Amino acid sequence: MPITREQVEYVAHLSRLKLSEEEKDRFARQLDAILQAVEKLNELDTDGVEPLVHVAPRRNVFREDAAGESLPREEALRNAPEQSEGCFKVPRIIE
Amino acid sequence: MAKPLEELTATAIRDAFLRRERSARSIVEEQFAILKEREVAVGAFLTVMQEEALARADALDRKLADGAQMGKLAGIPVAVKDNICTRGVATTCASRILEGYVPPYDAHVVERLIEEDAVIIGKTNMDEFAMGSSTENSAFKLTRNPWDRERIPGGSSGGSAAAVAARMAPLALGSDTGGSIRQPAGLCGVVGLKPTYGRVSRYGLVAFASSLDQIGPLARTAGDTALLLEAIAPRDGRDSTCTDREVPDYVEALEQPISGLTFGLPGEFFIEGGLDREVARALEQARRCYEALGVRFRDISLPHSRIDVEDGQLSSYAVACYYILCTAEASSNLARYDGVRYGHRSDERGDIIEMYSRTRGEGFGEEVKRRIMLGTHALSSGYYDAYYLRAGRVRRLIQSDFERAWEQVDLVFAPVSPTPAFRIGEKADDPLAMYLSDIFTISCNLAGICGISVPCGFSSEGLPVALQLMGRHWDEERLLAAAHAYQIHTDWHKRAPALEGG
Amino acid sequence: MRYEAVIGLETHAELLTESKLWCRCGTRFGEPPNTQTCPVCLGMPGVLPVLNKRAFELALKAALALHCVINRETFFDRKNYYYPDLPKNYQVSQNYCNLGRDGYLEMSADGGIRRVGIWNVHLEEDAGKNIHVESPGADYSLVDLNRAGVPLLEVVSAPDMHSVEEAEAFMHTLRRLLLYCEVSDCKMQEGSLRFEASVSLRRPGEEKLGSRVEIKNLNSIKAVTRCLAYEIERQSRLLREGGAVEMETRLWDEAGGRSERMRSKERAQDYRYFPEPDLVPFVVDEGWLERVQAEVPELSLGRRRRFVRDHGLSEYDARVLTEERAVADYFEACLAAHNEPKSVANWIMNEVLAILNERKVSIAEFEVPPQRFAELIEAADKGKVTAAAAREILGKMIETGKNAATLIEETGAETIGQEEDLAPIVEQVLAEARKAVQDYLGGKKKAIGALLGQVMRLTGGKADPKLAREILLNRLEEMARQP
Repeated sequence: MPITREQVEYVAHLSRLKLSEEEKDRFARQLDAILQAVEKLNELDTDGVEPLVHVAPRRNVFREDAAGESLPREEALRNAPEQSEGCFKVPRIIE
Repeated sequence: MAKPLEELTATAIRDAFLRRERSARSIVEEQFAILKEREVAVGAFLTVMQEEALARADALDRKLADGAQMGKLAGIPVAVKDNICTRGVATTCASRILEGYVPPYDAHVVERLIEEDAVIIGKTNMDEFAMGSSTENSAFKLTRNPWDRERIPGGSSGGSAAAVAARMAPLALGSDTGGSIRQPAGLCGVVGLKPTYGRVSRYGLVAFASSLDQIGPLARTAGDTALLLEAIAPRDGRDSTCTDREVPDYVEALEQPISGLTFGLPGEFFIEGGLDREVARALEQARRCYEALGVRFRDISLPHSRIDVEDGQLSSYAVACYYILCTAEASSNLARYDGVRYGHRSDERGDIIEMYSRTRGEGFGEEVKRRIMLGTHALSSGYYDAYYLRAGRVRRLIQSDFERAWEQVDLVFAPVSPTPAFRIGEKADDPLAMYLSDIFTISCNLAGICGISVPCGFSSEGLPVALQLMGRHWDEERLLAAAHAYQIHTDWHKRAPALEGG
Repeated sequence: MRYEAVIGLETHAELLTESKLWCRCGTRFGEPPNTQTCPVCLGMPGVLPVLNKRAFELALKAALALHCVINRETFFDRKNYYYPDLPKNYQVSQNYCNLGRDGYLEMSADGGIRRVGIWNVHLEEDAGKNIHVESPGADYSLVDLNRAGVPLLEVVSAPDMHSVEEAEAFMHTLRRLLLYCEVSDCKMQEGSLRFEASVSLRRPGEEKLGSRVEIKNLNSIKAVTRCLAYEIERQSRLLREGGAVEMETRLWDEAGGRSERMRSKERAQDYRYFPEPDLVPFVVDEGWLERVQAEVPELSLGRRRRFVRDHGLSEYDARVLTEERAVADYFEACLAAHNEPKSVANWIMNEVLAILNERKVSIAEFEVPPQRFAELIEAADKGKVTAAAAREILGKMIETGKNAATLIEETGAETIGQEEDLAPIVEQVLAEARKAVQDYLGGKKKAIGALLGQVMRLTGGKADPKLAREILLNRLEEMARQP
């Protein structure tokens, strides 16, 4: 099933990506082609196969509950595009 | 008269330093002289750390003079891919969204380099956020293959591979998610190793696909590769996915005899039309070389890594599986780039949602946006089962294929890339074609096993060709020994591209 | 037409840990903004999470206290959404395999015991705080990430409650449970305990659930009850007028006393949950489960019932004494030394709790250990000192740290309990308080109070009041018989 423009717009919104009209069209085409190639996976019989989710070799990796050093505030804010009163400053958030 | 720096291996450089034949300062000065001359032509570096490196070199000279115990990498210049965090030094992942970002911490592997007395000389170019197979997706500059400046160096660790090939650094760190160390190493005629998943801590590696990413070494020889791996492999409590196994003595293990080993030849990788003829020929030659060394070859099957050729188009289960899983993880890993706490923020006014969307729309390149879109779609409601879970099941099948193979063989012998380096711009408009360059390297990441790329010849156009060996989980020793044995009997790795100052 | 309310509650409690869930930053409340952060909880490029063991164990304890079935191999998932207080723009939480499921909370309601189902208990990270700027025309907000990464316990109830009272009982009981288990300090005013409610209405007897409305921004238990009452009324009115209730998320406006639609949640959220690849699964083996289970204390309801049954306390007294686990512990420790439940209960409720309340401290800070307190109560019960004297001694025990026996001797507070000692004093009072005597003999029986008061005054409160009253009565009767 081809990807519709609405789907592209929806996914772009979910991903917080502002796309130009031209990009929307191009991505629709390209994603379509890629997803068609991905359809190939349906050729395989995967019934009863557990998805391989946790690739890492271990279980129960913990750390002890002990407080350590935090970053000095200037370090934490150093890369901030905008800051004010020791906080990260952003456009007004409307609930 | 001392040999020119570029003819020395990293190991030899360190030994010369420790024997006081060369000072760290002279090593670093000579290295930067070479770098400066060649950088215009090659474009491997995004940041050159001359001041820091010289200061470090002086400190090392003092340390040696004091009679202190020196580290494994003492005095060796090392280049670091720009998706590995270096405190106080810009780390951009070749993306505009991180332009000017300076991390307040060092990655684990960077801490290790410093502890082992290496000298970090700069951050290398890459495909943006490690997404690509040619380094053409860098937002900042183009890296050219030192063997032919009209061609790509491979990706995404193209800068690191090119730097080593051009002798701008004897050692480099890269990252490999679907082949991003092995493929550029192969296309640039150097050695590149992807460790077993979990062997090297990812703390400080800017995440692309968390269950696939690994940091690994690039160098001209297996010996140097082993040395660098030994330095970065020690455990790290800050990465839950990394092992607590001891680090083997990789350098010592190089001399392991390989006679009597069995290499597997996956039938699926050697099909008609799947491999450039010259690449196939070079691999044939390499096989014969190994056979002469006492290695037996055996046909094996990795059914779920199958490649099909239809109307000249390649297709592959493994590539499909990979591009669902890596983009799904990436879509989440890259969500943090929103202009709030660091990086680029859009200048345009607007509410917070607009700020996010414009910032990310402006800051990310096309390939990154494309993959984020694909990954978000694969995880979204209604598609999660059909894409993400299904790909997860295929991943297990791919891993099981290798587990069965290990019952019959010790290592798997395969190509790295279907063709030698292609021309700049050749695949730029065809994302799918670009994805398919990973066709031989991807299964290794999906299965979590280790793999190495070793130069094994040149095309008639003088472009490097490489072979790939893959090994069981934690069996880097055998990979390195096999690469080392091959390099004793061949000299592909000794050839250098024709560049200024050479 | 009456509707049945169907109420569910989602509770978030910050766990009592020294450090955050994934990193070693501290968890203190009220620190200056962004002074408790590090690359990990700031969501900087390249960072990774490592799980705080204590947080996991506290969550496990809570799940066991709520009678959950524990998933012996559990893992974390990413909940993906964009918000400025969420540094990574995903929250590491649990979705596909919660730590605990299918449990229940027992509470007393409507004069009986009710069980509310607990759908799941899981562990997740807290977000930071968005600070709204009050000044008019301000076009910006501020973000403080001190709280980002603090360990949170989430408890999701079944939609088993059908009245505001039930919801209220649930909240108080759950809060008490979490305090009993020492899993959280449950300070709603500091945000370490938060509730979200969901309400729907349906016709009585109908099985199908109505449209569910979720309400956020509830900052106290009172706010929740006010909000539930409001929501039930709002939805009832809507339905009565022939409208339909929209499934949505609303914000509670405490000042205005109403709920409002949230503008930012126009579309149903697609969280795209998938297993967290940066964490490994966690396996709870039998031994570990048993160890943590053993740490789950007797909960308040059970303890209250036991106090009534075994110690003969009234429901009210038992309730007061089991409100806080430490107080119940103190009570039972006193009982171990002096087994008079009623008396001990009274002394604790009337004296100790009053003192603690006045000083605004907890029983942990009360200077008198239970054994010593019990000694004092015993002395009073046996008549060795009067109650009044004992109260004074208590004050001195707090001040000086000395024990009751020592202080009784030092202050000579011992009750005058022998007839030969009291008789002369009674005589003195009868001789001096002529008016009171006259009043009593004249029929005002109440006047004995004044006479008794005099005796107490003359003895500095040390007269045994019972004996003094007896002697007084006898003498007054004698006097009445005299011509």
